[in-house]
Amino acid sequence: MTEIMILVPGRSSKQGTSLNKGKLKDEYLDVTSRVEMNMDDMQRLGLENGDKIRLSNDTGETVVTCSGKKATDLPSGMLFMAYGPPSSQLMDSDTAGSGMPLSKHFSVAIEKVT
Amino acid sequence: MSETAKENIKIVKHATCTFCGCVCDDMELTVDMDAHKITKAKNACVLGRAWFAEHVIEDRPAAMVDGKEVSIEEAVEEAAQTLVKARFPITYGLSDTTCEAQRQAVAITDIIHGTVDTTTSVCHGPSGLAFQGVGESTMTLGEVKNRADFIIYWGGNPAEAHPRHFTRYSVTPKGMFTPNGKKDRTVVLVDVRKTSTAPVADIVIRVKPGKDFELLWALRALVKGKKVADNIEAITGVSMDTLTDLVERMKNCRYGVFFFGMGLTMTRGRHFNSGALLALATDLNEFTHFVAKPVRGHGNVTGADNVVSWQTGYPFGVNFNLGYPRFNPGEFTTVDTLSRGDADAALIIASDPASNFPKAAIEHLHKIPVITLDTKETHTSKLAHVAFTTATYGINTGGTVYRMDDVPITLRPAFDSPFPTDEEILTAIRKRAHELMLAKSGLGAAGGGGTQKVAAPRKE
Repeated sequence: MTEIMILVPGRSSKQGTSLNKGKLKDEYLDVTSRVEMNMDDMQRLGLENGDKIRLSNDTGETVVTCSGKKATDLPSGMLFMAYGPPSSQLMDSDTAGSGMPLSKHFSVAIEKVT
Repeated sequence: MSETAKENIKIVKHATCTFCGCVCDDMELTVDMDAHKITKAKNACVLGRAWFAEHVIEDRPAAMVDGKEVSIEEAVEEAAQTLVKARFPITYGLSDTTCEAQRQAVAITDIIHGTVDTTTSVCHGPSGLAFQGVGESTMTLGEVKNRADFIIYWGGNPAEAHPRHFTRYSVTPKGMFTPNGKKDRTVVLVDVRKTSTAPVADIVIRVKPGKDFELLWALRALVKGKKVADNIEAITGVSMDTLTDLVERMKNCRYGVFFFGMGLTMTRGRHFNSGALLALATDLNEFTHFVAKPVRGHGNVTGADNVVSWQTGYPFGVNFNLGYPRFNPGEFTTVDTLSRGDADAALIIASDPASNFPKAAIEHLHKIPVITLDTKETHTSKLAHVAFTTATYGINTGGTVYRMDDVPITLRPAFDSPFPTDEEILTAIRKRAHELMLAKSGLGAAGGGGTQKVAAPRKE
């Protein structure tokens, strides 16, 4: 099972509160290692809340825990996760002369980790 | 300062939260002076409460070299020597410290002929480029509170990133010309997904990922009375009816505001996206009053833009190799200088690029001597050659920060820290680096090593 989806890293309240405790603490590492996925996509791919999936692209790969979001909240084919070390593994360093690497909306292959 | 002392409890009124760019200055802090801890932060949001509760006195050395505890003076000497020896030293971070510390960091970079950049380059740097290309129809948040009746959040989720933005400035507060608060305002949200900001909005528009520019350009055309291609919905995911309704509302409001986030700057198009939105705001001033403002993340990232601008003439990505400032994003911005392997030493202040930069940049950080100033241990401080633990701005130190609308606010600290401030450490590094550079150029003596005095750690 491998499928290409669009990853949207961003801020979340839990990420914001946990980083105050410390970026090396378990809570922050846990919050930034979770990815939200459309529930219909999860069902189609045989995934359940708490399953581990590997996200990968030409830049790198990371293993995260998936949780379902209603189809009305997160479109099919889109993933959301809080910014953090795991999402950085997938970020290309090319800034196209702007200083800004593309940090949202990049394609990743997803694969269930068994 | 409104402070009252009662036994070991201190109340600090009108304190400022420096967690995010809202910089709310109506905090009432209850401080346990024995435990050196803020036990209550009245008026704070969920992020502010965590900010105040979790910034306690850390149990770690004030200064370390290669993981071993040293005196602050020894660490300052090592930091200055490292920076002066480097051929392409970079200074980065700065968005979570005071303006007073930021100006010292710029001065150091000037002295060592280095490159100074801030977290703006990976945040609203593209908006900074767009300001230069398009201009900015701007305002203060006080104006928004008192006058704005039409608010558009585009590519941002303030419900999670700036929770008090709605209640202090943009949605619910009752202002001079908005006496009924929320009832006097229409709120629109444009985003690729339904975020927790959606319940606040009267109109939610979902744009296809990577199609913000196309949507903004279509709106510009409609505002100017031009025809838009029939397949605009297929391209952007937004129907023509929705677009024409939005245009009518924008043209007919009394005072409209765009608040835009990193959904525009971090995606394909970058500064073109921000520029399209700023141009749309300008276009709308043919019909009504319309303004635009980036919603800024870190507590003093706006101050970093201001300080670097007033000291060098440019907002970020500034290089002093030739002895005068040059601005070139893509060449002198930190992701680029690290990923290409240009930088051979890094001074990182109040930032954690080893956590959130692209992989190639993080790998290069592991190869070069890094100097960090931070309040807590981070991924970057763990790999640092020289690591300083510093006091937390706004909690342990005074100083100045800029709110996201470029309004400067003075900080009221709650309790002392045994650690030095960023400003104290950077001032000491600046003085020692200056001596070393003079000696290097034959204009002065280097002096004995480790002689820069830093204010002694405070006794509790």
